[in-house]
Amino acid sequence: MIEVRDLKKKFGAQPILDGVTFRIETGESAVIIGRSGGGKSVLLKHLIGLLKPDSGEVLVDNQSIVSMNERELLPVRRKFGMLFQGAALFDSLTVAENVAFALRHNHRMAEGEIRRRVATALEMVDLPGTENKKPSELSGGMRKRVGLARAIIYEPQFMLYDEPTTGLDPVVSDSIDQLILRVRDRLKVTTVVVTHDMRSARRVGHRIFMLHGKKIHAAGTPEEIFHSADPVVRNFIEGVSNPKEITF
Amino acid sequence: MNFLANKWVAPWLEGLGRIALLAREALGSLVLLRVPWRSVVYQVYYIGVKSQSVVLITGAFTGMVLGAQTYFQFHKVKMDTATLAVVSVSMCSELGPVLTALMVAGRVGASIAAELGTMRVTEQIDALRTLATHPVDYLVVPRLVAAHLALPLLTAEAICIGIGASYWVGVHLLGIDPTYSWYNAIRYTDAFDVLIGMTKAFIYGGIVALIGCYKGMTCSEGAEGVGRATTESVVYSSITILIANFFLTLSLGSIVHLL
Repeated sequence: MIEVRDLKKKFGAQPILDGVTFRIETGESAVIIGRSGGGKSVLLKHLIGLLKPDSGEVLVDNQSIVSMNERELLPVRRKFGMLFQGAALFDSLTVAENVAFALRHNHRMAEGEIRRRVATALEMVDLPGTENKKPSELSGGMRKRVGLARAIIYEPQFMLYDEPTTGLDPVVSDSIDQLILRVRDRLKVTTVVVTHDMRSARRVGHRIFMLHGKKIHAAGTPEEIFHSADPVVRNFIEGVSNPKEITF
Repeated sequence: MNFLANKWVAPWLEGLGRIALLAREALGSLVLLRVPWRSVVYQVYYIGVKSQSVVLITGAFTGMVLGAQTYFQFHKVKMDTATLAVVSVSMCSELGPVLTALMVAGRVGASIAAELGTMRVTEQIDALRTLATHPVDYLVVPRLVAAHLALPLLTAEAICIGIGASYWVGVHLLGIDPTYSWYNAIRYTDAFDVLIGMTKAFIYGGIVALIGCYKGMTCSEGAEGVGRATTESVVYSSITILIANFFLTLSLGSIVHLL
């Protein structure tokens, strides 16, 4: 279970989040939608302690992580896997070394067992046989799939996805969505996806939270959100811009 | 006055405090043996072995120039055979460690800042953290340990090659008597001079690695941020080495006198 209570965050004088509150139950798949620059990724980074809030609480399995220091957060982070927007693969390591990273550094495991689990993880993301490639040799979609393999290899309880389909063509986006569903259903993980891809949000989410005006503006099942009469939600879903905001 | 304090002094003190905290975190990691030794070996190779050519060239030509210049002055007062002794003492206690550290700051400090800075702006350091790995354990400690080990060895090399090159210039080009040159060099070069040089090199290794890591891990976004971190790493390391050298010379010299 992940719970966020009255979370506030400013960068300098600029408020990003101003009283965000929500709760994601164990095994649930939640999607956070909202406009670019609206603070979705900032919110996601608070869930795993990569950023500290100015005020408010973040609870993981009823344990507050806000006041923990970097070392105290390490055991909490072992419960999490995270896929970054740009995959964030270690470019000095091969695909296999990237995927095996957590096993080599945090789990005492025989080399043969590590190799077997790397092969299984790469199989799961449809990238068998790429063990010896470097990240620079991979396409954007392949990098994201390697990032996903790296995050799921140690079977985390929570998976966080930061804009998993941004910058990918519709076919690759679809394959990433399928992978998110496959990971969710096979590993029974609690999933949080940050996206502004509405097709993706509808497919992978049990519940959708819309971040707008630095707060959770709307929350509900995909059906409730897609049939919402709220003008802000409707404009976002239908991709209607406010003419006053167009500056070119 | 307030403007100066807010614009320059406060950020400078804050930076100093953050470097101290980074050093404390790295020390804690070392004490608890959270050291990835494979990474340390690679860093010793990268910092130590790959810096040899630049350090050897610097050491050799510094020794040659110092030898020639000393000879030209000493020749006027018929003290030609003291030339190598001057070169030897200078190389061991001052020029060897300082010039080696400055060269390593330019080559390695810049590379550490650029590598870690790029990792930061491409979210690789955040990825490390999400994989439950402390960035200080994985990135800072191996570079710090390797720099502490490599700098004294590189300095020793620079000193040897500097003295050797000076001997060659003095004896073969300037015609100084080889026997008395060696005799005086050995007579006036104390074991403490070598010890002071190695102590300085050990400390400068820490300065180069810590400032490089700090600048890389705290660099601002984008290519400009990485570029600035790289430049600042070299500039701050070099200045810190030169300032530290003065205080180390005074303090280590006083300790030797007490002994």
